[in-house]
Amino acid sequence: MHTASITIDGRKLLVDSKQTIIEAAASNGINVPHFCWHPKLSVSGNCRICLVEVEKMPKLVIACMTQVSDGMIINTTNDRVINAREAVMEFILLNHPLDCPICDEAGECKLQDYAFSHSSGFSRFNEDKVHKPKRVELGQHVMFDAERCILCSRCIRFCDEIAGKHQLQFVQRGDTTTIETFPGEKLDNPYSMNVVDICPVGALTNTDFRFKSRVWEMSFTNSVCTSCSRGCNIEVGVRNNEALRLAPRLNENVNSYWMCDNGRLNSFKNINSPSRINLSQIKIGNNYSDIIWEAAIQNIVDNLKVFKKNEVAFLLSSEATNEDNYIMFKFAKEAFSTENIYCYKHTEMNDEDDILIRGDKTPNSFGVETLGINSSKLQELIQKINSGEIKAIYSLEDSFQENEDLFNSFSQLKYFALHATNNSKFTTIANIVLSASTSFEKSGTIINFQGQIQRLIPSIATEEDERSLDGFELSRWDKFAAWNDKWGKGPKRNSRSSWKIVSEVANNFGIKLKFKSSEEVFLELTQKNSAFSGMTYLKLGSQGMKIKNKNINSEVKVS
Amino acid sequence: MNEFLKKSEIKRLKNLTFLQRLYIPEILKGIRITLRQIFKPSFTIQYPEQKFIKPESFRGRPVLVEENGVERCVACGLCSRVCPALAIDVQSAETELEKERYPEIFEINMLRCIFCGFCEEVCPEEAIIMSSDYELSFTDYNSAIYGKDKLLVPIEKVQDRLDHLHRTR
Repeated sequence: MHTASITIDGRKLLVDSKQTIIEAAASNGINVPHFCWHPKLSVSGNCRICLVEVEKMPKLVIACMTQVSDGMIINTTNDRVINAREAVMEFILLNHPLDCPICDEAGECKLQDYAFSHSSGFSRFNEDKVHKPKRVELGQHVMFDAERCILCSRCIRFCDEIAGKHQLQFVQRGDTTTIETFPGEKLDNPYSMNVVDICPVGALTNTDFRFKSRVWEMSFTNSVCTSCSRGCNIEVGVRNNEALRLAPRLNENVNSYWMCDNGRLNSFKNINSPSRINLSQIKIGNNYSDIIWEAAIQNIVDNLKVFKKNEVAFLLSSEATNEDNYIMFKFAKEAFSTENIYCYKHTEMNDEDDILIRGDKTPNSFGVETLGINSSKLQELIQKINSGEIKAIYSLEDSFQENEDLFNSFSQLKYFALHATNNSKFTTIANIVLSASTSFEKSGTIINFQGQIQRLIPSIATEEDERSLDGFELSRWDKFAAWNDKWGKGPKRNSRSSWKIVSEVANNFGIKLKFKSSEEVFLELTQKNSAFSGMTYLKLGSQGMKIKNKNINSEVKVS
Repeated sequence: MNEFLKKSEIKRLKNLTFLQRLYIPEILKGIRITLRQIFKPSFTIQYPEQKFIKPESFRGRPVLVEENGVERCVACGLCSRVCPALAIDVQSAETELEKERYPEIFEINMLRCIFCGFCEEVCPEEAIIMSSDYELSFTDYNSAIYGKDKLLVPIEKVQDRLDHLHRTR
């Protein structure tokens, strides 16, 4: 690496000589304002807000396009630069409508922030602003407001460079310039909604979230998307205990700044969908009726005891966390000392690309493999059920992808206990359905296809939790709501984390599992399995860690 | 006994005249003052039969302005944000009208409202204003939460307040 020694605002710095001024400044904690520059996109240099002064250069230069060179002396805050910045802001704001009160971006808008920090505070423009179309549907998920657009071209470059689909382009000239899709094209690539995040103003808005909440009314929880085995890092926007918006969060090892539209739109819709299971259900005759937790757990214990130890099979789930799977595994090993532990894996290999989307649609199939359980053995389970060798199954939450073979086979079971978050085909054949928490309601860890172990942090409270007391991220409403206030009181579901349910069952079997939190389960797991050794929730942090040996297939020793 | 107060300064005991010490003349003096008030004009307003004349800047309960059959409000949530008592709850939704958004739910908890008028001041659309209505009574908690049905007022009825705002802002 060739280094260059430069001076920024009087600070002497040694930087990579291939960097531009803005990169060198950013890596040393100096923030140069910018609209069109994005660390992951090519440099376009059209917004001009990043003008800085370089000594011995006659004019100001844009920091995003100018490469550093040895001996450069750069000023980012002197009068000349500030004057230029204010002038640029005045130009950008000339035709920008005063829409902030009805704009979804307000509160997280770069232009709004810079209007406070880098603008003179008033406009000399008395003429009428240019009017452009306000509601243009660029694609199914993205709405475009042409008046608000400041023509930074980030969205165009994103489609060209990251999504690999040339769908957007500038049209017209001068102050009538606007962005359109190519004739006959729609902004319909599977990553289209990232343009909403990178848009520095509110020109591009998310049609799913549009007008649902102001950003300052939501709390934001760092978690992980569970719609495929990529495990994109996300930020969950919650208001009134209801997830309203997911947005990607930077993690260079996993997803960079991006996430796919499917994960963003669909992974949280099951929480409050009409098919959500609210309380455990027991099958009586052909109907299901609600059952309280104690009775449901006693039902499982009583029914599993009827069978011989080798007649019962256990299904781990690649949709559940490592903690859930470990407790189920431990219960199966200790109470039944059985080898009949299986797992299903949901794959759609035709829906995979080389950007983010993975064909393996389960978030934690790798985590199940660290317990020595492989989904390839599933055929063996079907044979054993068909031959009558296995008569009962206790399964963690899994949609089983509506698999026909598995459905027919499970229909023959004498007893089928299933954890589930939502009603599916399989909940119609279960003898008892236990109401399990979704990935947004529980704490735990999952491992993505690269072996990156990451934390799921609960963002939605269940009936067991109190947002203000149990460590949830709090919005203003959550903090100040009194008991009799309407707001802040969104619906809560009567569900529990799977590891808690299985622990209860195990306790009634006489196997004492005294875990108080998922962290305690994880700590035991780190001691039992060398792949996790030395890890704690604290060390995993917001970015996760690589597990020790990626191709681990060793047996985990229980007890 | 207060040590800073000299004994000679306590005048009341020593300096009273004979008449003052008699007590009754002083009582009569007081009664004379009282009797004199009877023939002066009274300041008391016989509420609720009589109502006081409100000054122009009087702040009664906040209302939403209804213009051409729809509310002016664009559900921006600024009143909700600025409200120091957290009385206002707004849920916005999209509309086909030019204003793009409207309040699907707009509720003011009148038990929380402190009539400070910040919502009126912050509103970019002059959609929420303080009316002259101050007589509020509820019999239970839920009836104190005013929804859009109680808050919407046709613009003609609040024109005085709007005029006042235009004059004074």
